[in-house]
Amino acid sequence: MNNTKIESIVGRYNGDATRLMDILIDIQDEMGCIPDDSIQQLSRILDISKVDIEQTLTFYHFLSKTPRGKFTIYLNNSAVANMFGRKEVAQAFEDAAGCKFGEVTSDGLIGLFNTSCIGMNDQEPAAIINNAVFTRLTPFRAKEIIRDLRKGKSIPELFVAGYGDGNNSSDLIHAVVNNHIMKKGAVLAENYELGISTHRAMEMSPEAVIEEVKKSNIRGRGGAGFPTGLKWEFCRKSPGEKHFVFCNADEGEPGTFKDRVILTEKPDMIFEGMTIGAYAIGAEEGILYLRYEYKYLQDFLEKHLEDLRQKNLLGKNILGNPDFNFDIRIQFGAGAYVCGEESALLESAEGKRGEPRDRPPFPVEKGYLQQPTIVNNVETFCSVVKVIQNGGDWYRTLGTKESSGTKLLSVSGDCRFPGVYEVEWGFSVNDILDMVGTDKDQVQAVQVGGPSGSCIAPNEFSRILCFTDLATGGSLIIIGKHRNLLRDIALNFTDFFIEESCGSCTPCRALTPILRNKLVKIIEGKGVMSDLRDLENWSKIMKTNRCGLGQTAVNPILSSLKNFRDLYTSKIQQDVAYDQGFRMDEAVAEACQATYRGFNY
Amino acid sequence: MNQIIKIEIDGQVCMGQKGQYLVDVARENGIYIPTLCNIIGMKPRGACRLCTVRVNGKLMTSCTTPISNGMQVETKSEELDNLRNGIIELMFAEGNHFCPACEKSGNCELQALAYRFRISVPRFPFQFPQRDIEAGHPLLIKDHNRCILCKRCIRAIKDESGKSIFAFTKRGPKVGISIDTTLSAKMDKTLAQKAVEICPVGAILPRAQAFRSPIGTRKYDKTPIGEEESSKKDPVAL
Ligand SMILES: Cc1cc2nc3c(=O)[nH]c(=O)nc-3n(C[C@H](O)[C@H](O)[C@H](O)COP(=O)(O)O)c2cc1C
Ligand code: SF4
Ligand code: SF4
Repeated sequence: MNNTKIESIVGRYNGDATRLMDILIDIQDEMGCIPDDSIQQLSRILDISKVDIEQTLTFYHFLSKTPRGKFTIYLNNSAVANMFGRKEVAQAFEDAAGCKFGEVTSDGLIGLFNTSCIGMNDQEPAAIINNAVFTRLTPFRAKEIIRDLRKGKSIPELFVAGYGDGNNSSDLIHAVVNNHIMKKGAVLAENYELGISTHRAMEMSPEAVIEEVKKSNIRGRGGAGFPTGLKWEFCRKSPGEKHFVFCNADEGEPGTFKDRVILTEKPDMIFEGMTIGAYAIGAEEGILYLRYEYKYLQDFLEKHLEDLRQKNLLGKNILGNPDFNFDIRIQFGAGAYVCGEESALLESAEGKRGEPRDRPPFPVEKGYLQQPTIVNNVETFCSVVKVIQNGGDWYRTLGTKESSGTKLLSVSGDCRFPGVYEVEWGFSVNDILDMVGTDKDQVQAVQVGGPSGSCIAPNEFSRILCFTDLATGGSLIIIGKHRNLLRDIALNFTDFFIEESCGSCTPCRALTPILRNKLVKIIEGKGVMSDLRDLENWSKIMKTNRCGLGQTAVNPILSSLKNFRDLYTSKIQQDVAYDQGFRMDEAVAEACQATYRGFNY
Repeated sequence: MNQIIKIEIDGQVCMGQKGQYLVDVARENGIYIPTLCNIIGMKPRGACRLCTVRVNGKLMTSCTTPISNGMQVETKSEELDNLRNGIIELMFAEGNHFCPACEKSGNCELQALAYRFRISVPRFPFQFPQRDIEAGHPLLIKDHNRCILCKRCIRAIKDESGKSIFAFTKRGPKVGISIDTTLSAKMDKTLAQKAVEICPVGAILPRAQAFRSPIGTRKYDKTPIGEEESSKKDPVAL
C-alpha cells in the first residue's frame, strides 16, 4: 500500500484521530480493505497505537483487514428477507459464484457476505453490492448478476428494469429502491415549503422555540420516546464550549425503513429541523449520522446540503441573522446496529468502537467531544419543522391526548401492501392490519417495534399504537399463520442481537448465546419443561445490561414465550424431566461413517 | 467546597461527597458492594455489571452512579443476590477457568467472589470456547481462556505518552483483548508487573516465575474478598 495514498486520506480530515471512522471508510472504499501495513502507517501518522485503530476497525461489519472481493455482495439475512425466499437466493449466489457466504472467490472477483437488516424490508430479499442496493432478488436474478459481473459489467449496467419511484430515480441516486409511501400525514405531506419554519423560528427567541416544541408534546420518534422539548431545554442549559446537533439516521432496527424514505423524499426538511434545533440549543455544528447501508444516498444528500448553503439556510449568518451560523456534515457509520443508541453513536462519530457510554452523564450534558449535544431521530426533526410552522397547539390536535402528532410506520411481512404509512397515533393494530391488506384470520402474530419490541398475538390486536399502550419506533412485521414463529422469527432476532452486541456487558455478551442455544434445543424437540423455566429465570439477568440492546435482547424469546406459550409446550418432551440436549450418536455420526463403524452406547 | 451528601444504603444512613461514586461511598461507610471491572481511583467503565444495585428502585451499576441527595439504595435482596451470582456464574461459563491449574488461584478475584457467594457450580452450561494463549512476549503471558473482558488492563496500562497497549477487538461474543506488539515490546518490568496486578484473574501472568506464594499465604486464603471493606462482617461469608 503506498504511503502517499494513506497520507492524502488522512489529510482530508486534517490528521484528526477523532475522524478515524471516515479515514477507515475511505481506505476501505478506495483500496478494498484495510491491511496491516496501512494500520501501521495510520498509527504513525495519527500518533495512536495500532490496537486503538484495530479496536475500531474490527468493531464494524463493513470494515475489513482482508479483501472482500472486487464486488462485495452483502445479502440481508433478516427475518423478513428469509420469509421472502432469501435462502434460495443465497444458494443461487453461492452456486453461481462458486464460493460460500463469508468467502471471496479464488480470483478475488466476488465476495459473499451476510448482513443485518439493510432497511429494505418492504422489498426483500435485498442485497448491497458495492454500495448499490438490489431489491426483490430471485435465484434467477442472483445468477444473472453474477454472470454479468463475470462478463465485466459495471454496477450501473446490472440494473435491468430502471429505477425506483420518487427521488430514487433522480440522477444523484439512481437506485432500484422503492419508497412505497402508502399514506401521507404531517411529515410526508406535499405542502412542505422549505424555509418557512426556519424563518418563523428566527422570529422567535431560542427559548420560545423550545417552549413551542414543549407545547406540542412531541416525543422522540427513534423508539425511546423522550420529550423533545425537554431534551433541547436540558441541552441549552448545559454549559459547554460548543453545542452539537446530531440527527440519528442509523435506522438499524430490523423492519424499520421509514427514515430511508424521509431521507429520499424530504432531506431538506430533516436539515431544516436540525437547523431549528441548532438555533434552539445554540449550536454551530450539526452531524447527520447515516448508516453505511444508505451510502447510495450520499451524493444526493450532499447536493441538498450544498443547495441549502446557497440559499443561506445553512452556513454563516443564516437568513441574515448575524448571530447564527450553522452547518451540517454527514458522518457515516460502518455497519453496527448498536450505534443507533445515542451514546454509542457519539463514540462512533468520535472514531471509536460503538460502545454505549455509562450514564450519567447524558449526551445533553456531555455528548460529542464531551460537549452538550442533542441526538434526535430523523422523523423527530421533520415533525418539529411542522410544529414550528403550524404551532404546538395545532400539532396537539393530531393523535391522542398523551401521544400527539403522527408516526411513520414501516410495515412489512405477510401483507398485500407493505410500505410506509404515516398515521396519527391512536390506531389499533387491527386498524393497521385492515389498512395494509391482510386476511386477519391468516395472521399469526405482529412484531411491533422490531426485535426489541414485542411479538403480539391476535388477542392483543385491539391494542392502540401510542406511548401509553403499544409504543413503537414504527416497525410492524406481520407474520402469517404459515410461518414458523420460533425458528424464523424468535431465533433469527436472537441471532441478530448476538451479532450486534458490542460485547461490553457480561450478560449481553455471554448470556444471550446461552439462551439462544436453549431456544434451539427446544426447536429441535430436545427441550424439557425446566428449559422454559430457565429461559424465564435466566433472562432476568439481562436487565442488568447497560443499554437497550442488551436489555431487550431476550425479548424475541420472552415475548413469544409469553404470548405463544403453546408453540413452546408443544415442542417440549412431556414425559422427560431431564435432557442435556446432546446426542452422542449425532455428534460422532461423521466419524462413524468415515471409519465404517457403527455407534454403540 | 466539598458538599456532603446523605444517602441511605440498605436502611443505613451513609455520608459521601457530591460527585463521588456510589461504590466508593458504600466502601467508605463499611458496606461492601462486589466489583470486578472497577479500579479504585480511576474513571469507571461499568463493564462487568457485577455491582448492580437498586437505586431509587432502578437497577444501576454502583461504580458508575454518582450519589445524589437522599438516594435510596438497596444492595441486598433475593433478586439482587440472584443477579449478582448469575453474573459471576456467567463469567465461569463463558471462559475456560480451571482453577486448580491456574497460578492466580488464591489471588484471583473471580474465584474469591465465587467462594464468598458460595457458588459451587454455575447454573449455565459451560461454553468451552476455543481461545489462545499468547506466550510471545518477553515479560508476560496472556491466557485468553481466563480473560473476563473487564477492560482493567485497557484502562490502566498505557505507555509513557498515554497510548493504549491493550484494547478490545471485534464485538459481541467474539470480543477479545489484543496487545499492541510494538508498544508492548517496549514495556519495562514495572509496567509489566502492574499489568499482572491489575488483572483480576489469571489472564495476564508474569513470565519466568510461577506459584510464588504457597497455599495459606495467598490473598484470599484466610479472609474472603471484600472483608477489609465490610465493617459488619458478613456471617454468610465467614
Ligand atoms: C440498540 C439501540 C439502537 C437504537 N437505534 C436507533 C436508531 O437507529 N435510530 C434512532 O433514531 N434511535 C435509535 N435508538 C434510540 C436512541 O438511543 C435515541 O433514543 C434516539 O436517537 C433519540 O432521538 P429521539 O428522541 O428523537 O427519538 C436506539 C437505541 C438503542 C438502545
Ligand atoms: S447491553 Fe450489550 S450492546 Fe449494550 S452496552 Fe452492554 S454489551 Fe454493549
Ligand atoms: S486481561 Fe485481565 S484485566 Fe484485561 S480484560 Fe482480561 S481479565 Fe480484565
